Amino acid sequence: MAENIIIHGLVLSGVYALLALGFSLIFGVARIVNLSHTAFYMLAAYLIFGLTSSAGLSLYASIVIAIVAVTITGILTYRVLIARVRQHEATTLIVTIAVAVIIQEAVLKGFGGEPEAGTPRIVAGATEVFGVSVLNQQLLTLGVVLLLLLATWIFLMRTKTGVAIRSVAQDREVANLMGIDVPRMEMLTMAISVGLAAVAGALVAPLFVLTPAMWAHPLVMILAVVVLGGLGSLKGSLIGALVLAFAESLVVFLAPSGAFLKTSVALTIMLIVILIKPEGLFGVVFEEERG
Amino acid sequence: MSVAAAYAARWLRLLKDEVFVLPARTVLLAVCAFLLLFPLISQEPFLLRVLILAAIFAIFAASWDLLSGFTGQINFGHALFFGVAVYTSALLNRNVGLPPWATIPLGAAAAVLAGLLVGLPCLRLRGTYLAFATLAFPLILLGVVYALPRFTQGELGINDGIDPLAGSRVASYYIAIPSMMVLGFIMWKITDSKIGLIFHAIREDEVTARASGINTTRYKLLAFCLSGLFAGIAGGLYVHFLKSASPSTLQLLLSFQAIIWAVFGGMATIYGPMAGVLILYPLTEYVLIRYLAEFSEEFAQRKLLIFACIVLLVLLFMPRGLITWLRDKTEKICPRCKLQNVAWRQKCRVCTAELAR
Repeated sequence: MAENIIIHGLVLSGVYALLALGFSLIFGVARIVNLSHTAFYMLAAYLIFGLTSSAGLSLYASIVIAIVAVTITGILTYRVLIARVRQHEATTLIVTIAVAVIIQEAVLKGFGGEPEAGTPRIVAGATEVFGVSVLNQQLLTLGVVLLLLLATWIFLMRTKTGVAIRSVAQDREVANLMGIDVPRMEMLTMAISVGLAAVAGALVAPLFVLTPAMWAHPLVMILAVVVLGGLGSLKGSLIGALVLAFAESLVVFLAPSGAFLKTSVALTIMLIVILIKPEGLFGVVFEEERG
Repeated sequence: MSVAAAYAARWLRLLKDEVFVLPARTVLLAVCAFLLLFPLISQEPFLLRVLILAAIFAIFAASWDLLSGFTGQINFGHALFFGVAVYTSALLNRNVGLPPWATIPLGAAAAVLAGLLVGLPCLRLRGTYLAFATLAFPLILLGVVYALPRFTQGELGINDGIDPLAGSRVASYYIAIPSMMVLGFIMWKITDSKIGLIFHAIREDEVTARASGINTTRYKLLAFCLSGLFAGIAGGLYVHFLKSASPSTLQLLLSFQAIIWAVFGGMATIYGPMAGVLILYPLTEYVLIRYLAEFSEEFAQRKLLIFACIVLLVLLFMPRGLITWLRDKTEKICPRCKLQNVAWRQKCRVCTAELAR
């Protein structure tokens, strides 16, 4: 039991952390609340499923195609739709919701509403870890997530482009004055953000059951993760993801008959934390911003 | 007799001078008259049902606007108020036996309490944090609804033993439509008063509002409670009209729906969101199903897709909302007396000041 909770919790927190990282990146840099973020994650998972099962492509090829295709879709969505309305905050929300609904309907049309669970695993078999049998796919998921989190962190902290992205997040105008191409950085961030979502989708495709409504639950959870960890904090997103994912798996495994309470429990934890610490666990306290 | 004639003349003059001078007011009057007289034209039950639901959702969308459009406290969990009222009314009606005229106000009162509860974190949270945190409330309650199947009948919802709103569909229609008009008018009056001005001030610059001696916390809580009140009334009407309370009234989609309708129509106007619902809801629920489905079954099945595409297209070209866009095209404000004038007038209709081209 305990080992199941740990494995399931770790995999889930890896997925949430990856999604929350991308979500808070684009929010921090471009101030866009991208509610279609998890729809891209779903799209990637479904594309891999479709390409391997119907089109008969090899797994690796379909993963690469799916990630590239979803990233391009994300960039196009940003260029054609979001960029045009982004100065209107509420309108951006609606446009991204509409994009999510359109992706959902497209998936529904393309794959039907039946739950799908036939995506082949990238690595087969299982390994014994401390006497517990763990699916290799789960280990791979954890490894890839850790690697990507580390890579993103190094990219943001150590490379010139990363510094440029962070400076845009801190102050657009000054960044612009320093000769940073702000729109280009925002586009790049969108690409990274959607790319991370697509990788998350690729990782869970063999592990989770796919349904056209699978974007709604992770969306709620990553919003909670981002608030819990503190907006714009990489470390916060990771810790927030761990806390909420483990809360969920504890409920699921300890009270299987009350599994429907998992969202309630996780969200209640989030609410309690932000009532005590309104800026989240690792959020930065800003001076009150003036409009 | 002459008294009546004098009154009639006064009303006619009022109509001529205040209503027919602006296309927006003329349209409003025409829409109200049309909705009130509609059962004389057609009593098709399905059409009446769509219009009643549209009226209920119009109240709901306007109540979101009252909170989020005016004070800028974006609420991602507006379904909470609706769902709380739906379940309170349903349970009081079914288990205690109270009639609808008592359960609807009690449901609304419960929604006001919910508003207070959600408003409390807003004393400490700001902006985006608040928006994301409000999302949690209806989903937590949804878990509670599933966890107490003895009371709420879980996923199935309460489908038996709820009294109808009125004896016949036409009677229900004449409860829902006037309710929408009266409540919409009250909400518009609130936003047009000093309270509304303070709400605007909080959205535009909360620090300055506070520096001007406004207790912004109190006004934000007031906004949450008022919004809960109107959304709660909408929820009560909904549950008694449909005679069922289902968990879908707490789900993410309804919260997003409120935002979509409000932004589609135009935020911070009250009439924008109401018009948004009255346009979008019958369009997707009736026109698509009844007329376009004859060409192809596809249209009826892709309701949500078409809904999303319409919203997307309209907002791309009118990012501040459809009704706001129409208003700005047909009206301009007199620079001297600040009254609205038709856009094609050269001089102000009241003070004859030259209007900017």
